[in-house]
Amino acid sequence: MHRFANPARFLQIARPLTGWLFWSGLLLLLIGSGCGLFLTPADYLQGDTVRILYIHVPAAWLGMAGWSGIAIAALMQLVWRHPLAAVAGRAIAVPGALFTAICLLTGSIWGRPTWGTWWEWDGRMTSMLVLFFLYLGYIALAHASARQGSGGVSPVAAIFGLVGAVNIPIINRSVVWWNSLHQGPSITLRGSSIDTTLLWPLGLTLLGFTLLFGGIVLMRMRAILAHNKIEARMQRLARG
Amino acid sequence: MKAKHQRLILVIVALAALIGAGLLAASALKDEAAYFYAPNDVRTKGVEPGKAIRLGGMVVKGSIKRASDGVTIHFDVTDGKATVPASFKGITPDLFREGSGVVAEGAFDKSGIFQATNLLAKHDERYMPRELQGMKYDEKTHKMKADR
Repeated sequence: MHRFANPARFLQIARPLTGWLFWSGLLLLLIGSGCGLFLTPADYLQGDTVRILYIHVPAAWLGMAGWSGIAIAALMQLVWRHPLAAVAGRAIAVPGALFTAICLLTGSIWGRPTWGTWWEWDGRMTSMLVLFFLYLGYIALAHASARQGSGGVSPVAAIFGLVGAVNIPIINRSVVWWNSLHQGPSITLRGSSIDTTLLWPLGLTLLGFTLLFGGIVLMRMRAILAHNKIEARMQRLARG
Repeated sequence: MKAKHQRLILVIVALAALIGAGLLAASALKDEAAYFYAPNDVRTKGVEPGKAIRLGGMVVKGSIKRASDGVTIHFDVTDGKATVPASFKGITPDLFREGSGVVAEGAFDKSGIFQATNLLAKHDERYMPRELQGMKYDEKTHKMKADR
């Protein structure tokens, strides 16, 4: 990983990769959503309402994967002092928060016709809302403490990122540990209780959203690095 | 020992302590954070009449009966271990049906009937097309098979 500690080498790879990730992700998720809307049969119980699953599940996955990414970046920043890790953590935060919000919104829209409520304080929903607030806290902290010149987050924000990771297994297990309104996990290591005729577009949108997310994170990292460069140059000019 | 090894050990110890604390808190919350009472919880723990709770379980097949006023329904809720009678007056959600999950908000009256003020439908983790309706999810093979 330290080969990429040099921003120039990182940019050499990131620059062409950004476009590939972004556009292939967008294409895949559009195809997946189209298939999910028009090609799959309706659910036996929920009818067409079930189709929101193709957005809701990838959004939930990326909300949680985003924070896992922040935690891994924080670990690399704190232990190995990797210079790009701090930048990566800051770059992940906003898209992560966005996808968590999408998950909460689509969940609410889905809950109204199926369960009969927009919102209930059950374990899954509450822990996901906590994740959203953690993102907001991290963004505020990273923004306030972005050190001059480095563009990354401060060690305090990194520690916050690590501590917040405790919430991720809680979200995952919330429907198993506690009685909840949200149903149990459909896709486990042993298989899926979503019938294959309904399941396959989910694979497309999951992969599509994930690639898109990667593309957005690389874009933001490059923007932060470019901003640093300007900042450094301005300072040099100011010193004359 | 190099400085980075010291930092690694520090982070690992701190994380282990945090996860331990999180697990302890979660297990302590196990009963408190339950979103609803199952009929068996009601039987073993006892819920006094008039206390506002949520009751969750499956609607017993063939138990839904509509009262003569046309808007009140009576049904039984079960979790496989215990069954309690419930009644509700109002419009039920679309997914409220026999053999399906329900979470009812309300309280027990003195005669032990759960008087629901609000009904929420709970569905399970299975999704399948209509053609497969009536087939059962096999826990072992993870495939749908005919329900006999």
